[in-house]
Amino acid sequence: MASATRVREPKPVRWSLRVIVTAYVFVLVLWPVSLVVRYTFADGLTALSTALAEPDVRQALRLTVTVALVAVAVNLVFGVGISLLLVRYEFPGKRVLSALIDVPLSVSPIVVGLALLLVYSPRTGLFGKGLSEAGIQVIFASPGMVMATVFVALPLVIREVVPVLQEIGDEQEQASQSLGANAFQTFRRITLPSIKWAVVYGVVLALARSLGEYGAVKVVSGNVTGQSRTATMIVESKYQGFEQPAAYAVAFLLAMASVVCIVIVGILRPSTGDHS
Amino acid sequence: MSLTTTTAPGRATRARRPTRNGSLSLTSGLGLGVAMLWFSLLVLVPLAMVVASAGSNGLGGFVGVITDSQTLAAVQLTVLQSLLVTAVNVVMGTMIAWVLVRDRFPGKRVLDVVIDIPFALPTIVAGLVLLSLYGPSSPLGVNVANTRYAVFLALAFVTLPFVVRTVQPVLEELEADVEEASASLGASRLTTFRRIILPSLVPSIAAGAALSFARGISEYGSMVLLSGNLPNHTEVAAVRVFTFIENGDTASAASVATLMLLVALAVIVALDIIQRRVARRG
Repeated sequence: MASATRVREPKPVRWSLRVIVTAYVFVLVLWPVSLVVRYTFADGLTALSTALAEPDVRQALRLTVTVALVAVAVNLVFGVGISLLLVRYEFPGKRVLSALIDVPLSVSPIVVGLALLLVYSPRTGLFGKGLSEAGIQVIFASPGMVMATVFVALPLVIREVVPVLQEIGDEQEQASQSLGANAFQTFRRITLPSIKWAVVYGVVLALARSLGEYGAVKVVSGNVTGQSRTATMIVESKYQGFEQPAAYAVAFLLAMASVVCIVIVGILRPSTGDHS
Repeated sequence: MSLTTTTAPGRATRARRPTRNGSLSLTSGLGLGVAMLWFSLLVLVPLAMVVASAGSNGLGGFVGVITDSQTLAAVQLTVLQSLLVTAVNVVMGTMIAWVLVRDRFPGKRVLDVVIDIPFALPTIVAGLVLLSLYGPSSPLGVNVANTRYAVFLALAFVTLPFVVRTVQPVLEELEADVEEASASLGASRLTTFRRIILPSLVPSIAAGAALSFARGISEYGSMVLLSGNLPNHTEVAAVRVFTFIENGDTASAASVATLMLLVALAVIVALDIIQRRVARRG
């Protein structure tokens, strides 16, 4: 690029910008995060192993992983499907749908929980009453938790896949179809390989978001000890119950999972073509 | 310029018209139906129900809930702190993006990754993380827990990436020759920044600010442990909604939730207008 010939700031300006920015990020993010790591390992591995030995912690971690995996799978299928519809087809209401896709990012997790409660609550919900008569419990059970998690992570896959689909165009897909491939073959042989990294990227981001969801899941879970508490809720209850080491241990595990996710994305990003 | 496509990720203008005739075949029509049904059951109907139950006690009921002094205090605090944090993000976010794109120093890649941590970190963990440095057992001796500074701090943490990540790609695409021309015509570096660089960045800064404000209005998880949720003091709007839900008062919860949706929407629309104005002028 032209950065070699680029006009540069005078050295003092460059240095002060660098120092201000680094200090801000250090004080706001890096230092606090590193303290949590330090508190977790203050007594070696005891905090982690004690926490992991508790049945309700293990149950919560298992529930968190299960809910997150199911939610990511749902978002993967519908995310790729909706992206294809938005980019490759014309239909009435397309612009509205494309604008609405981003809505979950701006809605408070608590409002997401409330919204699901109003529709699926077994006693008062719009559909909840009928569903519970049919024996299907959504709220205060895992289906509700999965729905809340799918809701909050919904735009992440779509936001990654749509720009790539627009970029690659559809000449190859048309060629494939004119050569007699059916829609599924075209998708598997032509479309999927070219959007592969965008999909992976979106899935990893959605996974990070799903593992850490707290507010929305808290509202719909009913917070029943040992049954419907996720790892994030364990952090809250342990901290408020003056079991700080356990709270730090679970928080550390969650933080590790999310940091691993963004590092993976960071490594993948350059290979997916840098923005342009 | 490809500014409009890069400023609002996800809402990229779909300039490229589908070359295929675009009509739906049986399979894709079925797919569309399933996708729309899924989206409606998950997102549209529930959100519509929030607005509907906000109005279930009539307009008077809605106004009654949102003008209650505790609710009003919570909403005011939330809006004020979100505005403050967004202002800080506009300045700091742009500076961070600038350093990440234009500067070169060891550890820059680490800085780039660290910016994403607040986005990926679970919000309850974010609260805990901030408590460890700014809470009762702070190694710095600073304790902001249960004060309004805690609300500001939590929002500054969770909204850090937004402006950075919207400005960064635009700054990367900026052509160097315009700046060189400006410099060779005798403009100072500051003038060049103010007259040449900043105008091209404004749309992306506005987009980032909108995301940051909307996130600030809706934040819940990072407050739980950090702000103490003291009524009329550090209680934010989302916490107020949660309290209403816990007490089984879903109509009041829906009223405050609707107000939050309206505020977020108003700001997003306002910033979109600013962005369009500037883009047209630039």
